[in-house]
Formats: sequence, structure tokens, C-alpha cells
Amino acid sequence: MTDLPTHTDRSLGLVIDLDTCVGCHACVVACKGWNTENYGAPLADADAYGAQPIGSFLNRIHSYEVQPAEGPAQLVHFPKSCLHCDDAPCVTVCPTGASYKRVEDGIVLVNETDCIGCGLCAWACPYGARELDPVEKVMKKCTLCVDRIYNETLPEEDREPACVRTCPAGARHFGDLSDPQSTVSQLVEARGGIDLMPEQGTKPVNKYLPPRDRDIDLLAPLLEPVAEEPRGLLAWVDTALGKL
Amino acid sequence: MHPARSLILFTTLSGLGFGLLAFLCLGLPPLTSWAAVFFFGLAFVMAGAGLIASTFHLGHPERALKAFTQWRSSWLSREAWLATAALAAAGLYAAALIFADTRVAPLGWLAAVLSLATVYATSMIYAQLKTVPRWHHWSTSALFLALALAGGALLSGQAWPAIVLILGAGVLQFYAWKTGDRRLADSGTTLATATGLGARGEVRAFEPPHTGPNYLTREMVFVVARKHALKLRSIALVLAFLVPSLLLLLPYTLSLAAAAHLAGVLMLRWLFFAEAEHVVGLYYGKR
Repeated sequence: MTDLPTHTDRSLGLVIDLDTCVGCHACVVACKGWNTENYGAPLADADAYGAQPIGSFLNRIHSYEVQPAEGPAQLVHFPKSCLHCDDAPCVTVCPTGASYKRVEDGIVLVNETDCIGCGLCAWACPYGARELDPVEKVMKKCTLCVDRIYNETLPEEDREPACVRTCPAGARHFGDLSDPQSTVSQLVEARGGIDLMPEQGTKPVNKYLPPRDRDIDLLAPLLEPVAEEPRGLLAWVDTALGKL
Repeated sequence: MHPARSLILFTTLSGLGFGLLAFLCLGLPPLTSWAAVFFFGLAFVMAGAGLIASTFHLGHPERALKAFTQWRSSWLSREAWLATAALAAAGLYAAALIFADTRVAPLGWLAAVLSLATVYATSMIYAQLKTVPRWHHWSTSALFLALALAGGALLSGQAWPAIVLILGAGVLQFYAWKTGDRRLADSGTTLATATGLGARGEVRAFEPPHTGPNYLTREMVFVVARKHALKLRSIALVLAFLVPSLLLLLPYTLSLAAAAHLAGVLMLRWLFFAEAEHVVGLYYGKR
């Protein structure tokens, strides 16, 4: 049944650090690679070498410019994948029961053999976390690499989502957000992690860490100009041009 | 939202079909033998054709029967059950009327209620979506029901009820547009809340995740027709409401009025999808 569980034993999810993400898209490539070769239908591309390429991805990186009231604009790279919401609207709208939220770890998954490809779950998601595969015609979404995190054939350090494992900036963290002692929960606590679109009432598990406030002129005071007045030839040019 | 042809046909035809079925099952007009065959046939063909059209937008229509399983939470599943129940009840009522010349009135009432409940379930598939503020409102369901009743009255030849219902639906449509136009802004969802960066300053989409389109932008960020929205709305209002009401005042114009109404409702449904803004568009700096 696509009723949501009233309680999940754990709340596995991601914490994404907008302060350290450099926008390299390595997580996008790692995600596409893993999820094309492993669990479920491969993440297809249609017309990959043609004029109108289109493909399914479970993770995409936007970039936003934030212009404060004073000071220079800031560029924020913004990775976005399924937030594994506690009140996931994509699950309850599913007519076939293909979409479900797991009781044991809170991961939202799609049973691809039950999916009729109606697309209603993608309509119900405010975050754009679900994409219909252009070839397989079933709904694809982040599985939190459910086939990695419990996979005992992998070395222990690889038992985390492919995006987290590959991030060169350490901007993605994986863990149990229902456990206040977990590193991810403490990170959220320390950095003031936030929900996306809280007004939609989806109660997302994934949290985002806002960019840190910083004095971007940190080095400027150390770089005081050393030659205020020109000397020698430049001084002569300066006075000659000034008299013209 | 992308105005898929299959969904426009489905909502228009099955809406009118179930509306007509509701009137016929209430004995409006009282029918026997061949007239009953014709009118019930028309209603079943419209409702059925709409339901079949709706399967064309599925990725895996061969699994459509699975959609009956989740009636506890899903309006799409409830719609499947209600549509089947309505067609079955109306089918039995029509069979008794045609073959046994007997009118089983309570069965007719049940079929009429189920028909309208089907239209309501269809409307709730859209109205339940918080992600599309324009649809997330009681007026969506009210309008679907009003259009089904107006079309049903028109197709069953109930001239005066049809005029009243058509004009009522027209007023409701005007209200839905008037209030719907500002519902995205009123919803409070903006790029600032979508990114959580609003407190830091003005947020602007700087660069999309990829250079081409994707499933999300094709499905939910449909902006092509909006520049002609006012003209299209005016034409649809005239075709769906004004022309049929005036024609119904004249004799022998029922089929012409029905044709105009059908064309108008098709346009209204096209606008219903094309004008709906999904909040995911905000992430792409669009609406």
C-alpha cells in the first residue's frame, strides 16, 4: 500500500554543504554511472549524439547567484536529488503501489515492475526529484544507492552513496538523520541545516547547510598598495601628462 | 504543465460522457428502445473513449490493471474504481431499460452518483497537487463537476437546465482564472524558499544543470502558449458557454450547441494544463 509509514526505524539521508560544493558535477557523473550499471533499469539517454539529447539523471547541480543588499554577489552551486521526505507526496499519489517509503531506513523507492509510467509522482514532487526514463518508461529516482550501502561485497569505505563517495570537496554527507548523535545530525545542528520549501509540508529528510558568512576581504588588508606616488620615469610622465 | 493530447481528450470526453450518463440514469429525458440505445451508446462511447485515451500517456499501459490496488491513498486509483463502478451500474440500468423495458430507478440514482463521483475523483488528481498552486483549490473540483453537469444537460437535451448550468460553469471558470492567476504568488513558494538562500539576498538562477531540456522542463515548465492566454481564454469562453446558451434559445440547434460546447471545453482543458505552473519551474528560473 502507498500509505506512508507512521514511523521509520532510521532516517537515512544526505546532508549537502552549499558552502563547500564547488559545482564540479562529479557526483552527477558518479550517480549516473552507478545507477546505469546496477539496481533497476539503466539510466538511459535518448538521442545522445543527436541534435536533441535528453537523458534521465537522479542528481542535478544548479547554480544560483545571491545578491546581498550590500557587497558583491555570491555564486552558490546547488546539488539536488531526492530528499526522501517523511511526508512524501510522491508515494501517496501512486495508483499502483510502485512507490513506497521503507519502514526500516526511510528510503523512498520505486518498484519498477509495478510502475505504469503515469508520471503523477513526478507531478507531486516539488523538488523535481523524479524523472521518467526516456527508454524504459518507468519512473527513476535516487535510491540512496540502496545497492551500495548494505552491500557486503564492497569494501567498507565504499558502502555509501556514489555521490558522497566521489565528492572531491567533501560537500556531501550520508547518515542517519533520526539519530541526534550521528555525525550528519551534529553537522546539521552545528551549521543550522535547513529544509527546502518547508511550506510544501513534505518534511524532507535531506538537509542543506547554508553558505558560511565570511569576510571576503580577508586578504585585502594585507595587500595595501605600496607605491602611492610614481617615482623616476613614471613621475616625469605623470607630471608631463598632467601639464598637457 | 505540458498539455498532453491524451489527457485533454480524457478529461474532456469522460467528463462529458459521465455528465450525460448521470442525466440519463436519472431518467432525464425518459428513454425507451432505440432512443435509449443511441443516448446510452453516446455516453458510453464518450466515457470509454476518454478512459482509453488516458492510457495513451502511460509508459506501461499493459500494467494499467495494477492501478486498481491503491484506492486507500491514491485519487488515480479511486478514479479507476469509481469509473468502473459507474459504467457497470449504468450498463445494468441501461440493459434493463432497453431489453426488459423496465426502469430500475434506485439503480439509476446509484449510477448517477457514481458518475459524478468519478468526475470528482478525476478533478482531485489535479486539485490534490500542492506543487501546482493553480490547481490546488476547491474551484478545480467545482469546475470539473460544473462542466460535466452542464455538458450532460446539454447532450441530454435539457434546454433550460443546460442554459442555467452552462452559465453557472462559465461564471465559475471566470472565477477560477481570476483567482488562479495569483495563486502561485500567494502560495509562498519562491526561488528563495526553494533554495533556502532567501535570507542572504536576492536569488537568481545563474546556470541550469545542463544545456538541453530534461523530463522535468518538458513535462512541467510549459510556457509556449501563455503569451496568447487572454485571446485563447476569450475564444474558449465564447465557444464553451456563450454560443451554446444562445443556440439553446433557438429551436433545432442542439447538435450545433453541443459541438460548440465540446470545442470550447477542449480549449478550456488545453488552457487548464498549459497555464498551470509547477513549483519545480522555480529551480530553473522559470514558471
